[in-house]
Amino acid sequence: MSFSLPAPDAARDPWLALQRFTTARIALGRSGGSQRTATVLAFRAAHARARDAVQASFSPTTLCAQLDAAKLPNLVLKSAVTDRQTYLLRPDLGRKLCAESQRSLADIAAAPDYTAPDIVLMISDGLAAQAAENYALPTLIPLTEALRSSGWRIGPVCIVPFARVKIQDEIGALLRARFTLLLLGERPGLGSPDSLGAYFTARPAAERTDADRNCVSNIRAAGLSPDLAARKLAWLLNTSRETGQSGVALKDTQPTEAISPL
Amino acid sequence: MSAVYATTLGRNRHTFASLRELMGKATPRRSGDELAGLAATSAEERAAAQSCLADVPLAEFLRTPLIPYESDEVTRLIIDTHDRQAFAPVASLTVGQFRDWLLRYETDDATLAALAPGLTPEMVAAVSKLMGNQDLILVAAKRRVHTAFRNTLGMAGRLSVRLQPNHPTDDPHGIAASILDGLLYGCGDAVIGINPATDSVLAVETLLRLLDDLIQRYAIPTQSCVLAHITTTLEAMRRGAPVDLVFQSIAGTQAANQSFGVSLALLAEAQAAALELRRGTVGDNVMYFETGQGSCLSAGAHQGVDQQTCEVRAYAVARAFRPLLVNTVVGFIGPEYLYDGKQIIRAGLEDHFCGKLLGLPMGCDICHTNHAEADQDDMDTLLTLLGVAGCNFIMGVPGADDIMLGYQSTSFHDSHYLRQVLGLRPAPEFEAWLEAMRIVTGGRQLLPVTADHTILARI
Repeated sequence: MSFSLPAPDAARDPWLALQRFTTARIALGRSGGSQRTATVLAFRAAHARARDAVQASFSPTTLCAQLDAAKLPNLVLKSAVTDRQTYLLRPDLGRKLCAESQRSLADIAAAPDYTAPDIVLMISDGLAAQAAENYALPTLIPLTEALRSSGWRIGPVCIVPFARVKIQDEIGALLRARFTLLLLGERPGLGSPDSLGAYFTARPAAERTDADRNCVSNIRAAGLSPDLAARKLAWLLNTSRETGQSGVALKDTQPTEAISPL
Repeated sequence: MSAVYATTLGRNRHTFASLRELMGKATPRRSGDELAGLAATSAEERAAAQSCLADVPLAEFLRTPLIPYESDEVTRLIIDTHDRQAFAPVASLTVGQFRDWLLRYETDDATLAALAPGLTPEMVAAVSKLMGNQDLILVAAKRRVHTAFRNTLGMAGRLSVRLQPNHPTDDPHGIAASILDGLLYGCGDAVIGINPATDSVLAVETLLRLLDDLIQRYAIPTQSCVLAHITTTLEAMRRGAPVDLVFQSIAGTQAANQSFGVSLALLAEAQAAALELRRGTVGDNVMYFETGQGSCLSAGAHQGVDQQTCEVRAYAVARAFRPLLVNTVVGFIGPEYLYDGKQIIRAGLEDHFCGKLLGLPMGCDICHTNHAEADQDDMDTLLTLLGVAGCNFIMGVPGADDIMLGYQSTSFHDSHYLRQVLGLRPAPEFEAWLEAMRIVTGGRQLLPVTADHTILARI
C-alpha cells in the first residue's frame, strides 16, 4: 500500500502530512477557535450518510433471488419487531422470532425426513441494510464452499429482518443445529455506513450469552474483505468444531499468511 | 400487600408499591426505563410519582435500601460509609424540602462539600428527579471539586479536556498523530487517554510507553491513561509499565460490576498499586472511572432500579477511591437507553449534578451514536449547559469523530468555543506550558502554529 501526500491546503494546519498515519480528522484548520465551514459540512455529510444507513429499508426478496441463483436454499423469517422504530427501542423483541416464524421452523424440524444441519446461516439488516445487501452474499458464497469442503452439512439460509445477535439461539435450537452464524449490519460509524458483522455460536440455546459467541466485524470494501472474512470464519468454525470451544475460550491464533489474499 | 406510597392528583389516586417503583416512575421519561418496564405509564402517573417522592423523608433511604444490603456490596459500601454527622443538617428534610434547601443562596460550596459524606446516591438521585434542568445546573455550578496528579483540575473558571487519540488498530503513529493534533489545539490537560482496540498487556504496555515518552519529551504537565481493563493495567504495573492513572468502567450494582469483571476489592488493589508508583507530582488522585446510564440494565443487573439511580450508585463506588476524573459517557450506549437529544441532554445534566453533589470530579463525554435521534446541535447544547454548570472536563476527539469506537463526541475546537463564550481556561500548570510552547495566548486564544514549531520539528 502506498500513501500520497495531499495537495497543500492553506486552510488546513501545517501538520496535515500526519494524515497519512490515521483516518482521524486531524489538522482540520480553524476559523478563530472553531471549525471551518468546509470541515463542518464534510462532517454533516458523513453523519447524514450514517443516519440514512440506519433508516434504510431492507428487501429480503432481492437477497432470496440471489441466494436461489447461487443454489443456496433459503427462507424468510420474522423477528418480533415490525418496524424500524421498535427495532431501535426494543432490543428484546429483536432477539426472538414472531410466533408464526417459530411455528414454521418447528414444522420444518418435525418433518419425518428432516436431518439436523451442522450449521444454519442467517442474514439480517441489523443497523445497516446496505451492509447486508452489499456484503452478505459475497461472504456466504465462499464460506459455504469452504465449509462444505470440510464436510459441514449446511441448513437453509434464513433471512431475518430486524434481528439482534441473540436471535440465532432460538433459530438454531428450533432447527437443532450444532452451530449458527448470523451476518448483520453493524452500528454505522461516520466513515463506515455499510459494515457487516458475523457472529457465530456453538450449541445454540436460550442460555447462550455474548461470552459464548465469536465475532468477525468490519466486513466491507474498505475494511475486511468478504473473501478474507469467509476464510477467517471457516477457520474459526473448523477450530471450534475440533476443540469444542467457542466464545472467549476460542482465540484467533490463525497465522496471518493463512488468510492473506492469494 | 397494601400500597406504601400514594397520592391523589385531581380525581385520580396513584399508588406505588415500593420506594424502588416510586423512584422509577418519578424519573423524567427515558427509553431505558421504558425498556425495563420501570417507567411511569402516563405523564400524570409520572407527575404523581414526583409529588409522592417529594414527601418522602431523606432518612427513609437509609432505612429502605433499594437493593438489599445482604446481597450487594455497593449497598453495603453506601450504608457502611454513611456519615450521620455530615447528614445532620438535612436529616429532617423530605426530598422536596431538600431541593429547596439546595437552591438557597446560603447553600454554598463549603456547605455542599461538608454535606457530601452524609448523602447517599439514592437521596441524590431522588432530589435530581424533582429538579428541572436549570436546578441541576444552578446547584452543580456552586460546587467545585478539585483533584490533582501532575496538574490541578476542577478549579473555578477552568475547563479541562481529555485528549482521546484512538485508532482502530492501535497504530502508534496514528495515535501519536492525533495526540500532536490535540496538543497543538491546546487540549490534553485532564488526561491523554487512549481506548485500546486490543486489551492485551503487551499492546497496552506499548501505548503506555508511547504516552510516557511524549509527556517526558515535551515536559507536559499532564497524565496519561490507557483505558484497558483494570486487570490488564494491574499486570502492566507488575511488569513495570509507566502507569499514571488506573482506568475502569464501573456500575451501580455488584452484579453489573461482576459483569465488568470488577469488585471493590479489585479496585482497591489497583489503587494501592498505582499509589505505590508515586508518579503524581502535585497530587495523588490515581483513578479514572467511566460510567453511563443504562449499563446495569444492559448487563441484566439493574434489579428493578431505574437507570439513573443505578448510575448514581456507581458514583458511590467511585468516591471510595478518590478519583482524578469521573466521566459519564452519556450518549454512547444507544437509543434503547437514551432515545434522543432531549434525553441525552437531561441525563448529562443529572449525572454531572449527582456526581458533584457526592463530591466527585465530574466530566462528561458529550456524545451520540448514529442510531440515536441526535446530532451535533444537541451536543452543542449539552456542551454549553455543562460549561455553565461548571463541568470539570470534556472529551477532545479530532473533529469529534472517534474512528475506533464509531461514535461522535466533542472536538478540540468545541473546547475553544466553550472557553471563548464562558471565559474558561485550562488547568493552571497546563496553561503555563501552552503559553511557554507558544500554542495558546491569554489562556484561551490559539496562536498560529508554523511547520517549524518545536513539537512538529521533533517528530
